[in-house]
Amino acid sequence: MTSHMPLGGEDKKKLPRPRKGLGPMAKKEAILAFQMLLPTFAIVFAIVLVPLLANFWISVKPVKLADLRAPAPVVSERVRGDMDVADTPFPIEYRLRGSSRAKPISDIVLLDTLPPGLSITALDPACTANGSNIRCEVARLEPGERKTLTISVTATAQFAAAPVSPRGSKPDISGFADNILTNSEFTLDNFKRIFSATEFWNVLWTTLTYTIVGTLGALLFGMFAAQLLNTSFVGRPILRGLFLFPYVAPVIAVAFTWVVLLDPFSGTFNAILVRMNVVDAGINFFGQRTAELNFFGLVVPFPMALSTVIAFEIWRYFPLSFLFILARMQSISTDMYEAAEVDGASPMQQFWHISLPQLLGILSTLFLLRFIWTFNKFDDIFLLTGGAAGTRTLTVDVYEQAFAISNLGAGAAVAVVIFVALLLFALFFFRFLNQEES
Amino acid sequence: MRIGFGLVFALLTGALWGAIGSVLIGITLTLVTGLPGTPIVAAGALAGAAGAATISLRSAHLRSLGVAIASVLIAVLVLLATTKMQPFSIALSEAPIFQAIAIVLFGLGTSAGSWLCLKGIEPGSNSRYKRELLLVRVFKGVGFVFFTSIVVLPFYVMVMTSLKSQQQLLLSPMDLSVNFAQSPSELFRSYIELFTQFNFGRFLLISTIVSVFTVLITLIFSIPGAYAVSRLKFPGRDLLSRSVLLIYMVPAIVLVIPLYAVFSQLGLRNTLTGLLIIYPATTVPVALYMLQGYFKGLPPELEEAGLMDGLNRIGVIFKITLPLALPALASVSLYVFMIAWNEFLFAFMFLDDPNIFTLSRGVVSLNSSEVPRQHLMAGAVVATIPIMVIFLWFERFLVQGLTAGSVKG
Repeated sequence: MTSHMPLGGEDKKKLPRPRKGLGPMAKKEAILAFQMLLPTFAIVFAIVLVPLLANFWISVKPVKLADLRAPAPVVSERVRGDMDVADTPFPIEYRLRGSSRAKPISDIVLLDTLPPGLSITALDPACTANGSNIRCEVARLEPGERKTLTISVTATAQFAAAPVSPRGSKPDISGFADNILTNSEFTLDNFKRIFSATEFWNVLWTTLTYTIVGTLGALLFGMFAAQLLNTSFVGRPILRGLFLFPYVAPVIAVAFTWVVLLDPFSGTFNAILVRMNVVDAGINFFGQRTAELNFFGLVVPFPMALSTVIAFEIWRYFPLSFLFILARMQSISTDMYEAAEVDGASPMQQFWHISLPQLLGILSTLFLLRFIWTFNKFDDIFLLTGGAAGTRTLTVDVYEQAFAISNLGAGAAVAVVIFVALLLFALFFFRFLNQEES
Repeated sequence: MRIGFGLVFALLTGALWGAIGSVLIGITLTLVTGLPGTPIVAAGALAGAAGAATISLRSAHLRSLGVAIASVLIAVLVLLATTKMQPFSIALSEAPIFQAIAIVLFGLGTSAGSWLCLKGIEPGSNSRYKRELLLVRVFKGVGFVFFTSIVVLPFYVMVMTSLKSQQQLLLSPMDLSVNFAQSPSELFRSYIELFTQFNFGRFLLISTIVSVFTVLITLIFSIPGAYAVSRLKFPGRDLLSRSVLLIYMVPAIVLVIPLYAVFSQLGLRNTLTGLLIIYPATTVPVALYMLQGYFKGLPPELEEAGLMDGLNRIGVIFKITLPLALPALASVSLYVFMIAWNEFLFAFMFLDDPNIFTLSRGVVSLNSSEVPRQHLMAGAVVATIPIMVIFLWFERFLVQGLTAGSVKG
C-alpha cells in the first residue's frame, strides 16, 4: 500500500495536468450559449454589419440611384398586315432595345409562343423555331441601338376566321449587363467630390455644433428637471409623466406640431410674440438661415434655423437625461445631505460638493450616448427643415446626395465619414475616461 | 421688526412672480377664449411686488392664513388699479366670467409663489443660507413653470389646431378656443375626413400589427440571448454584455442605402415583411441589454434548483426565469412597441404603396400644400394618442425598466 502512494516530486508527472481550454461541461455550456445567441447574431449581422460593409463597398464605386435597376433588354411586339386573311403571309416584328442609354447588353435570348393556327413562313436569321415556340438570340445590343427581328407567318383558314393576336402571349426576354454594384470598377471620385466642396466643411461644422450644443443642452435641462422633481410633493407622478411626453410621442407628430406652432404667419408662438410686443412681425424660425442681432451696436449673425432645430432636439430628448439623472439622484443616500445641513452648508454648496460628484458617472455615460445618437440623428432635422437654411448635418447630407441628387456613391462616402468620425470620438472618449480613472 | 435687504429681495421675488403670472395667465386667457387681450406686464409685476410686501412685512413665524388672504387681495387690487380695470387691455365686460377667473388665478398664483419662496425669510437681513435658499426656490418655481409650459404648449396647439377649420386658423392664430356651439361632426371634421377619405383606420391597424409583431419577434430573439449572457459562461461573455449597445453607433442612414438596394432586388422593399425584418434588428440589442441586466439581478438559486430537478435550460427559462422577470418583460415590450410605433426613417424610405402605410408614413403624406393644416394635426393626434395612453398606463414599468441597472452603476 505504501509504495504506491504518490509522494512529492518523483510522482508529479503522474498527477493529471489542468486542462487548457474548456472542459466538456464548459464546452457544452458555451455551445448552448452560442445556440441561444445565434438568432441575435444572425439578424444583427444581416441587417447591420453586412450593410455597413456594403456601404464601404458602395462608397468606392461610381453608383447612381438609377443603377439599382440593372440594364435590361426591352421588347415590344407588333403585328403588321391582316390576321384575318388566310394563306397570305404577314409579319410579326419584335423590336428590341436596351433600358440603359449608357451600357450595352449582351447574350440576349428572346422566347415566345405563337398561337395555334399559325405556321411559320420565314424566320429572322437570329431565330430558330420548335413548333410554335420561337427562340431568338442576339449577341450584343449597344446602348441606344434598336434591333428588329421579323418573323413571317401564314394563317390557316380556321385561324383567319377567329384570329388570336400573337401579342396575347408576352415574349420572355433576358440579357446580361454589367451591374455596377458587382463589377470591379472602383473610384475615389466620391470622396474627392465630397471633400473638395466647401459646403462639406459647412456641413461638418453644422453637425458638430448641432451635436455638442444639443447634447449639452439636453443634459443641462435634464439635470435641472431632475432637481425639480427630486423631492416628493403632491402631483409629482403626474409631472414626471408629463415631462416624458416629448420623448414618447412619435417624431412625426411633434415635428409637424413644431412646424405649425412656429409658422411665421399662422403660428401661435409668433402670434404670442407679436401680441406681447416682443417683435413686430413673425419670425421665420425654420426658414431663416441667419438673423442679425444688434448687441450694443455690434451686429451678430445668429443662426436662426439651426438654433431652432437644436432647441427642438433639447426639448425632445431632455426627458431621457432627466429620467436617468433622477433615478441616480434618488439612490443617493440622504445622510450626506443631513450632515451637510447640520454643518450649515447652503443649498448651492450641497449641490456642488455632494450631488454633482455622485452624478458624474451617469452624466458621462449620458454624454457619450446622447452624443452618438445626436450625431446620427436624421428624422428630426429632415422633418423640420429638410436640411435647408443651414441645418444640413452629415446624416441629412447622406440623404441629399444619395436620393435627392441620386448619387448613391457620394451618399455612401458621406456615411463612411460619419462612421469614422464616431469611431474616433468613441476612442478618444474611452481613452479620456481611462485617464480620468487612473 | 427690522427692514433691510430681505424686503428688497421679497419685492423682487414678488415682481418676478407678478410678471410671470400676468404673462402666463394673459396668454392662456387669449388661447382659451380667443379674446384679443394683452397682459400688462409692468402692472402685474407691481401687483406681485405689493402682494409679496404684504407677506414679507410680517415676521416669518407670524404669517397666518389672514396674511395670505390679505396678500391675494392686495395683489388683485393693485393690478386692477394700475391697469384702470383693464388688466388684459380689454374691457372687463368682454367674457367677464373668464376674466374674473383669470384675475383670481393671478392673485392666487403670484401670492402662492411669493409665499412659498419667502418661507422663513425675514424682511431684515438674512443669512447666506437663507439668501441662497430663496434663490434656489425662485429658480425651482420658475423652472416648474418653464418646463410645464414648454411641454404642454405644443401638445395643446396640436390638439386645438386639429379641431379648427382652415379659415379660422389663418384669421386668428392665437385663438385656440373650442367652439362648443358647433355640432360634434363639425368639430371633429378633420378626424372624420381622415378616417373616411385618407384611410387612417387602415394605417392605425397596420401600425398596431407591425408594432405587436416587432415586440414578439424581438422577445423571441432577445430572451434566449439575454439568458445566455447573464447565466451561461462562455468566452467573450463580458465583452459582449458590455458592448452590445455599441451597435447603435451605426447610423440608420448608413444602413438605408445598402438595404434599399438589396431589398429592392429581393422584392422585399415595398412590403411589411421587409419592415418586420428590419425593426427587430434595431430593437434586439437594447432589449437584450435591458433583459440581461434584469436577469443578472435575479437570484440564481431558484434556477439551480430547477436544473437539479431535471429541467433543461429552456424549461428553466419558461418556468422560472420568465415568471420572475415579468416587470422587465413588460417594460422591454413597452419600449420596443414605442420604438416600432414611432419609427419613421425606414417606413418613409421603403413604403410606397398607400395600402401598407404605417401611421408615420401616412402622416408624412399629409404634409403637402394640398392638405389643410388641421388634417395634419389631426393625423398627429391620431398617431400620438394610442402610444400616450399605453405609456401612461404602464409608466411605472417603463421608468423602472429603463433605469434598472443604471442606478447601481
